[in-house]
Parts: sequence; structure tokens; C-alpha cells
Amino acid sequence: MAEDAATRPLPEADEASKPFFDGAMLGKLMLMKCADCGAMRIPSRQHCDVCLSANTDWVEASGRGVVRTFGVMHRQYHPAFTVPYNLAFVELEEGPRIVTNIVGIGDADIRVGMPVVVDWERHEDVAVPNFRPA
Amino acid sequence: MPHPARGATAITGLGITPMGRIFGKSATELAADAVREAIQDSGLKKSEIDGLLINAGITGSTGHGINLSLQNYLGLQDLRLLNHMNAAGSTAAQMVQYASLAIAAGMATNVVCVFADAPLVEGKSTGAAYGGPARPSRPKGMAALYAHAGFYGANTSYALATRRHMDLYGTNHDQLGAVAVAERAWATMNPRAQMREPMTLADYHASRWIIEPLHLLDCCLVSNGAVAVIVSAADRAADLAQPPVYVWGMGQGHPGDPLRAGSNWETESGAKIAAQTAFGMAGLGPQDITCCELYDCYTYTVVVTLEDYGFCKKGEGGPFVQDGKLGPGGSLPTNTGGGELSGYYMWGMTPLSEAVIQGRGQGGERQVKNDAILCTGNGGTLSYHGALILSPHRS
Repeated sequence: MAEDAATRPLPEADEASKPFFDGAMLGKLMLMKCADCGAMRIPSRQHCDVCLSANTDWVEASGRGVVRTFGVMHRQYHPAFTVPYNLAFVELEEGPRIVTNIVGIGDADIRVGMPVVVDWERHEDVAVPNFRPA
Repeated sequence: MPHPARGATAITGLGITPMGRIFGKSATELAADAVREAIQDSGLKKSEIDGLLINAGITGSTGHGINLSLQNYLGLQDLRLLNHMNAAGSTAAQMVQYASLAIAAGMATNVVCVFADAPLVEGKSTGAAYGGPARPSRPKGMAALYAHAGFYGANTSYALATRRHMDLYGTNHDQLGAVAVAERAWATMNPRAQMREPMTLADYHASRWIIEPLHLLDCCLVSNGAVAVIVSAADRAADLAQPPVYVWGMGQGHPGDPLRAGSNWETESGAKIAAQTAFGMAGLGPQDITCCELYDCYTYTVVVTLEDYGFCKKGEGGPFVQDGKLGPGGSLPTNTGGGELSGYYMWGMTPLSEAVIQGRGQGGERQVKNDAILCTGNGGTLSYHGALILSPHRS
């Protein structure tokens, strides 16, 4: 993992993701739920990717999921990252997947299918969801 | 009744520049070299070229890639078909498809399809060429989670796909390594290949991690260079300079967002969809394919592609490739020029150029049985797929 996470590129909310990052500051993992068909999605688009409805509710996810798959990076592309470090897709209990790092465990001990729970990385004006073993 | 598109067009010209750490020429100049060679190779007159399809490589995203101005650079006048296409690594196969459709519709007769790239810079490492786009300190929106988590370069998502296959099906590094070893064995017989030194499975295992589970020798090369092919109406192809390589089947498949609920992007590629269309058009199945030229950005791409075309069952790709059947003397010769792993990396033009060489019977000591050649392109992270089935026989 990075020695100093604050020097990593920190996300900034755009219009579509503002409620996600507002929720993150409160420790809530927010997803978009289609008000018409009920499909859940990561808030990277304004329309439902199942039925194309623009009617959306924001709901708090459980924060639980499983490691869908992962990798361990050995090549340094950005000075804020000390290699090796892990990269993962976590499949949320609600279905969508999220891009993240697994924390609180050695890279060699991460397993596909491992239950994980959200672990917020807090900065002054943004919080980012990492995941740790449940 | 055969499908009307089967055998309606053929590849009649091929131009390949020197490959690899080739410096001193822009992507545009490399493209011009490849196009000139393809026209000379075909026996067509330049004035007979009435279509131009262009695919810039990674330099297309830097502003230094080839673009529509290539028409003027080449002095091609009064074209009836022109486009700058991009479906990532599936574009080369797709250019042949759209050229064939246009020819069948009477919109053009001889269409040049060209790819050129020059990401390598003298004095800089190969890895620096594909490090990803500029990195703002505050990237916006949900996509920023990729930058924050440290997803840099194309290797990351392919590593994640490979990991999932290994976990679900027990695929191992001996099996992935068998792909790399087989392709290197082919490359030793290809004078154009960048990596011609023999390689063993031990060499593969000893190569450094890029991103686990991918070793260096699981990953494709990076190349400066250009490839052009010419697609012609089958009737025009018959009396040209080279043996025609006929297009028997075409298909595409694009599975969609990997982050959506229910996606199996890691282990089910667009090849599954493309296979149905292409095999259906050709009237063939995997049992009829005599050699494969598969997009092989990573060893795993070959494994999952073979599964998705039905050469073996889903999940059995590892054991399927482990016995050496892909290599010289094997029962399913695959990537007979060394592919992108050991030959050269011209996106979908790598498999396509070798498919044309094999289809013509010009493979020299690496020539294999070429009655039905499966040629694929793959882009994104198993996101975009183009398929061609090619043959030296018109029907």
C-alpha cells in the first residue's frame, strides 16, 4: 500500500457522483437504485443501465461484499504507490462491483470470494471506500 | 445454400513495415510505407483503391496517431469509402468486415485497411509506452476510484480477469506458460518477429511479475510499425498478383460494462457472441478450423478465446493448451508467427497479417494447414471482439 495515501490522486465528485461522495463523508456507501425497475448501480451514470429510466433513488448499501477478483501490482507507475500493492474488484451484496484496494490483510492472503466490508479512507474533503476482511 | 457473404470478398494485398524499436518515422510515415507495400504486393494500381479505413494505435490518443489526413498524405483521390475506426484491438478484423460489407453493397471495390503506431520513444523503456493517460491530481467521479486504487496500464484489468479464471477453474502458470512457450517456438521461424530466442517454461516462470498473476512473459510486446491489408471484391481478386485469401465468416461480440451486476467479463469474452455469427456465416464449427490466429495481448486471452469459440469447454482452456497443441507440430497450430507475445504488437493486425501469410501459403518453414483460419481481434478488457474466418478457397 501507499506509504502516504494523501499523495495519491484523490477523487473529486462530479455531478453524477456527488451523493456518493457526500455519503462517503458520513461513512455511508451510497448506490443508485432505479425508481422504475429497481436495478442497483454504481453512480457513474445518470440513467439506469437496465431500463434507461432517469428516475433514481439513492440507497445506502450494506457495505458488505466479496472479493470478485484481484491482482498484486509490481510495477510502479505513480510515485505515491509503493509496490507491491493490491487492486481488487469487490462484488457488493447488492450486485454491482466497485474498484478498490483490500486493506487489513497481506496481499498473499487475499482470496477470490473472501467476504469483505467497507473500510473508509478519510481525507479532509473526501472519503474513499477501501475494503477489509469481514 | 451458403451464406451470400461467404467468399464474396478476399484479402488481396499485404504490407508490413519493420517492427519494434523502429525510430525516425512517424506513425503516418509508417502507415504510408505499409500502404505502398500492400498496393505493390497486390498488383493493383493506386488509382484502383477506392476505399480507406484507418485505425490509429495508442498514439491515436496522444494526438500523434494516423487520422483522416492520411488520405491526402497518400494522394488518394475521389475515394468512395473513408473512415477512421476504433474498437480497440478488435478494429483490424472490423475494418475487413466493414470493407467487405461496403464492397458487397457496391460502395467500393478495393479498400485499404491500415493500422500504424509509434508509441516507443528512443531512450525510454517499453513499459513507459502504455502507462495510461495523463493523471490529474483530482480525478473526477466514480472513474477516479481506478486512479486512487492504482489501476495503471492495460495489464491491471487483464490480471484481474486471469485471476478469476485461475480461481474458478484451477488454471495455472504451467498452462499459461505453455501458450507463451508455443508462441515463442513459432516466432523462432518468423524473420519479422521481435523475440526469436528460444524460450522454455522455466524461462517463463523466472520472468518478473508485472502484476500478479501476470509475469512479464504473459504480456504482449510493444511495437512501432504499421500493417496494411487490401480487401477486394472476390471477382477482382482472382487475377491479381497474390493468392486471394477469402473471407468466409465475420462476427463481432461486445459484452458490456464489467462493473454491472451479473457480468462475467473475466471469463466470458465477446468471442462467445462473435463465434455464433462467424461460424454461422462460414457454415463451419470449431472442429473445421485448421489453424488459429488469435489476439493474444496476454497468454490468458488465448485461453479464454479458445474456450469461447468452443474448442474446449468453459474452464478447460488451461489443460487444453498445456499439451503443446498450439505449437509447431501440434494439432491446433495457433499464432504461427509468434503472435503479439513474441512476434510484434500491431493490435488486431498481428493476427490478421499472419492469417494472410498463412492463407497464401507463404509461411515458409512455419506454414501450416490453412483451409480454414480463425482470425480474431480483442480490445478493451475482453470487451470488444471481432472475428474473421479466412480461407485460400473461394468456396
